[in-house]
Amino acid sequence: MGPGADTRVPAVPAPEISRVFREEYGRAVAVLARHFGDIDIAEEAVQDAFTIAVQRWPADGLPPSPAGWIITTARNRAIDRLRREAAREDRHAQAALLHARSDPPEEGAVRDDRLRLIFTCCHPSLGVGAQVALTLRLLGGLTTAEIAHAFLVPEPTMAQRLVRAKGKIRDAGIPYRVPREADLPGRLGAVLAVIYLIFNEGYTASSGDRLTRDDLCAEAIRLGRLLAELMPDEAEVAGLLALMLLTESRRSTRTTPGGGLVLLADQDRCRWDHGLIAEGQAIVRRCLRLGRPGPYQIQAAINAVHSDAPTVAATDWRQILQLYDQLAALAPGPVVALNRAVAVAEVDGPDAALAIVDGLDLRDYHLFHAIRADLLRRLGRSSEAAAAYEAAIAHTENAAERDFLRRSRQALSRA
Amino acid sequence: MKQYLLSVYQPEGTPPSPEVLEEITRDLDDLRAEMKAAGAWVFSGGLNAPSTATVLRPAGGNVLITDGPFAEGKEYLGGFTIITAPDLDAALDWGRKLAQATTLPIEVRPFSDGAGG
Repeated sequence: MGPGADTRVPAVPAPEISRVFREEYGRAVAVLARHFGDIDIAEEAVQDAFTIAVQRWPADGLPPSPAGWIITTARNRAIDRLRREAAREDRHAQAALLHARSDPPEEGAVRDDRLRLIFTCCHPSLGVGAQVALTLRLLGGLTTAEIAHAFLVPEPTMAQRLVRAKGKIRDAGIPYRVPREADLPGRLGAVLAVIYLIFNEGYTASSGDRLTRDDLCAEAIRLGRLLAELMPDEAEVAGLLALMLLTESRRSTRTTPGGGLVLLADQDRCRWDHGLIAEGQAIVRRCLRLGRPGPYQIQAAINAVHSDAPTVAATDWRQILQLYDQLAALAPGPVVALNRAVAVAEVDGPDAALAIVDGLDLRDYHLFHAIRADLLRRLGRSSEAAAAYEAAIAHTENAAERDFLRRSRQALSRA
Repeated sequence: MKQYLLSVYQPEGTPPSPEVLEEITRDLDDLRAEMKAAGAWVFSGGLNAPSTATVLRPAGGNVLITDGPFAEGKEYLGGFTIITAPDLDAALDWGRKLAQATTLPIEVRPFSDGAGG
């Protein structure tokens, strides 16, 4: 039935099928969602097609174009099913069939289909939690259980969130298309924010025992690469990818084997991933040539400066401070000011940095207290530093971060 | 085409000055004309203060009449416009213009398929 069913090639092992699934799921859902004008029909059809693939590929071998096989099989299965339902006067099925007839599939549109799906998932009329869940489900091909696990919510809660979000797309008429030029900056900002949120949740899990959730980082980078491939001329898209690659390059040195937190200054720089650093730095250089700076590009550049330094002492803090000045001008806010203060401490001393930090209204943010504690410690104000560490400990839910802060506070009394 | 309800949410308290109100009325007239010209306008209207409302509640076979409004709040429904639009983005474009004309928050909500579109 499928176009590849009669192709005789060596048997396909199961991991190969799950690799194809992860790589092609989003593409197939995107094409079929456009074709049928309905995300649920698209998802169901693609899952059907993969179920058939699992049965057939191990014996028949991988078809020459696995994605094409999945899309064709899914489309045929969906049309068969919709015809049966349409014959029973199902209005929804009739509408989907009508949509499919008026919209012949074209291979060239695949690129735009995935972009359309990204913008639909990250539509600002959906809550951020729903945007993240939809993006991971529809483009990442993660199961509801995997997404629920990654965000530490019960599976039925996540399932309900996805059902509601898809219902809103359908009932409110959220369009399935790339926004027009005038709306693009704002809408693209929402897409980048979702991808970066997924990355950050993976990089410093907001709660739980472990510091990082590697699967979320990998998924965010995969989405970042996809978006960079689909929108090669958008400087901030490249900037976000570079930022994630450069941050990711340090991940294995960021925790001890026991799961404890290791600060940037104490990391073993030989063990940074130099392949990721080279890739990230090349993108940063390309961004500089484009001359359209934005917050993600500048944060990437700051990370590139850190990656350039073979030792902590060799860090070019003046350049980092200049970049933070630029970032603060483009995207002002207390968190940027807090991070900038860390660079100020290195260039002008902890006194100057503390004056900035004390003026910030960030009392609920654990890093505000942690950075303040470190500055007070360097100024020899131990009892105030201890109180600041206590405040930082009280404001983080992450066990690894809390342990690190406890050890820092204990080290104070020994000093 | 779908139908959408654009609700204008008004804060409790003193209304704007006559000059400001006049400008808002003018902008709203212009917007209504623009909606009609585009074929998007279905119906629109402004409402009297919530204190003028009456609430009816079914109670054991009878219907009870009480002083309104149904829900007390810091904001209330001040008026609404019903439009037809091909999708949410088109409806949001009209909603954005309505927010700018009224200088007030707008809720955009689709009619369910059975009862409108």
